[in-house]
Amino acid sequence: MAVRAQFENSNDIGVFTRLTNSYCLVAIGGSENFYSVFEGELGDVIPVIHASIAGTRIVGRLTVGNRKGLLVPNTTTDQELQHLRNSLPDSVQIQRIEERLSALGNVIACNDYVALVHPDIDRETQEIIRDVLGVEVFTQTIAGNVLVGSYCAINNQGGLVHPRTSVQDQDELSSLLQVPLVAGTINRGSDVIGAGIVVNDWCAFAGLDSTSTEISVVENIFKLHDAQPTAIVKEMRDSLVDTYS
Amino acid sequence: MQYNPVIIEQLILCCQCGIAIAPNPSNMCINCIRNEVDITEGIPKHATLQYCRNCERYLQPPNIWVLAALESRELLALCLKKLKGLNKVRLIDAGFIWTEPHSKRIKVKLTIQKEVFYLEFVVNYQQCDDCARIMAKNMWQSMVQVRQKVNHKKTFFFLEQLILKHNAHKETINIKEVKDGIDFFYSNRSHAIKMVEFLGAVVPIRTKNSEQLISTDIHSNTSNYKFSYSVEIVPVCKDDLICLPIKIARSLGNISPLVICYRVGNSIHVMDPNTLAVSEVATSTYWRNPFISLSTTKNLVEYYILDYILADIQVARSSDFGKNDKTFFARSHLGGILNAGDTALGYDLTSSNFNDYAFDTLNRNSLPDVVLVKKSYPQKRRKNKPRKWKLKSISKEQEEMASRKQDANKMEEDYESFLQDLEEDPELRQNVNLYKTSPSMDIDTTAEESTAEEEDFPEVKLEELLEDLTLEDST
Repeated sequence: MAVRAQFENSNDIGVFTRLTNSYCLVAIGGSENFYSVFEGELGDVIPVIHASIAGTRIVGRLTVGNRKGLLVPNTTTDQELQHLRNSLPDSVQIQRIEERLSALGNVIACNDYVALVHPDIDRETQEIIRDVLGVEVFTQTIAGNVLVGSYCAINNQGGLVHPRTSVQDQDELSSLLQVPLVAGTINRGSDVIGAGIVVNDWCAFAGLDSTSTEISVVENIFKLHDAQPTAIVKEMRDSLVDTYS
Repeated sequence: MQYNPVIIEQLILCCQCGIAIAPNPSNMCINCIRNEVDITEGIPKHATLQYCRNCERYLQPPNIWVLAALESRELLALCLKKLKGLNKVRLIDAGFIWTEPHSKRIKVKLTIQKEVFYLEFVVNYQQCDDCARIMAKNMWQSMVQVRQKVNHKKTFFFLEQLILKHNAHKETINIKEVKDGIDFFYSNRSHAIKMVEFLGAVVPIRTKNSEQLISTDIHSNTSNYKFSYSVEIVPVCKDDLICLPIKIARSLGNISPLVICYRVGNSIHVMDPNTLAVSEVATSTYWRNPFISLSTTKNLVEYYILDYILADIQVARSSDFGKNDKTFFARSHLGGILNAGDTALGYDLTSSNFNDYAFDTLNRNSLPDVVLVKKSYPQKRRKNKPRKWKLKSISKEQEEMASRKQDANKMEEDYESFLQDLEEDPELRQNVNLYKTSPSMDIDTTAEESTAEEEDFPEVKLEELLEDLTLEDST
């Protein structure tokens, strides 16, 4: 299920949001409209948390996380860290990291198993990513761009990458991630995928400008068609019914 | 074995229509870009043209009015100038679409990089400044009044030719002939000043300007004036007899006071026929100490040359033939060209009674009896041969009073005299454009060539003549 949303007239919702399979961070906006979109879609499954990092609203660009953990930059205040700790589920590890490239969302792209990182990132940071997020870490670029987090969006079923990513690069990335990838655009032709879309295993949010073609590409590659959490229950029920009938 | 990388071009879906395309900056297929982007954006589709229906001209902003026919190149240029955003795009073609003239609509078809679109111009009426002036009977803003206080019009005929030659009347909106002169009217002050400067360069003049306040706007601090330039031409003409005031004569190298004016350029050139001394009276000198001619060409008397030795010439009045045997002696600058039996024109000082202060101070005994001025050709003139050349003229508005018959006759006389002067004086001719008359007349004159001619009769050479441009209606 892909939903269009806009944060205070900006279509780059990925800047203001960090969405994973176990939690969702949303920037504190002037109105609750943007938050309500996420709350409406996700509220009864995962916590949707108002957050700020270092006093800013660009939580999507400054943080990175998956089902198992959340990494925040060293500019995060203690109070914010405490708030996040209180709001996140207990199963999620949270770690503040000392990294020169503090916009973690831009330099790291990850799903629950693999992370692609900026070539210049510290070895210690890579260790922390591996430990906290429980992923394999690969140093990569996407279509010649080092900001891997900005130019791709991945979940556990698929990934959308920069439109100029060559077929060879796509194949290579795809074999690292073990998921199918597609080159595409969001927000009516914008190539900044990471800023235009946030995605987890059953839900995606794209900028309001995204065309139906782009939405359908997103739904196909991330396999969101009937990937509602309830779909699993329904599937199980069907098989149970089959068994007992 | 060599490794040949197979390069497969990556394709993305067009973000609008979803067809597979190579990525491009807008990530859209060509068709979608075409639908999405309007390259004519920023070019107004409607505009207004101002048209003065009195003079049928269009306003070219900010304040030039141009004549442009419907569907003409000029009008198209005017229309395209009205469009603001046209410099940002590449214009391929432009043309008119026919509209009914009374609809006051002009439709223009523009092609911009294969994109065709249509513009509509609405023609609005707006009276142009010139027409507004005419309507308000306030046509001219500046006037140049040229006057010469002499009893003939030859100077003005000459001036007319000079103006024609230099095209100095280009900006005039009206020319009016008045007593003793001509008035030139201009819509712009600077044009009038230009005319005054032109006159100053060709004839000795004195100018005075005055202005009259027509209206004033105290809010914008602007005023509307009418300017008049009064130009007075020195009342001394070529071949006039002058008695210089003694002071001027002294200052001109102690020339004898009794001189003849042999040329008027932008100063007065005088010559003492006795000694051949020449001098020049500058305009400023003249106006500091003005003098008038003692006697003018009207008073020239014809003399018959009886005998001559170098410059000393014995003459008799032509009118005295058969009455008496009075002869006179004259010392003249014409000694070189006069022969016994010729006739010449001169001033008769013996029988004239001048009313001039400077003349009265001269010693009467030392004065010559006759001052010869120029050779004359009475037989030749009497033949009334048509001229091979003609002059152009400026169309002038006549003053109401000037239509009396004797005035017209006098004018014709002056004009004929002016033409003769032109024939006799090649230096004068230099400043004048002469045109050939129609060729049928040419044949007549060649037939007459056989008759005996006075060999030095001044005639205008064919090389000096210009072909006239005549516009004929071919239908």
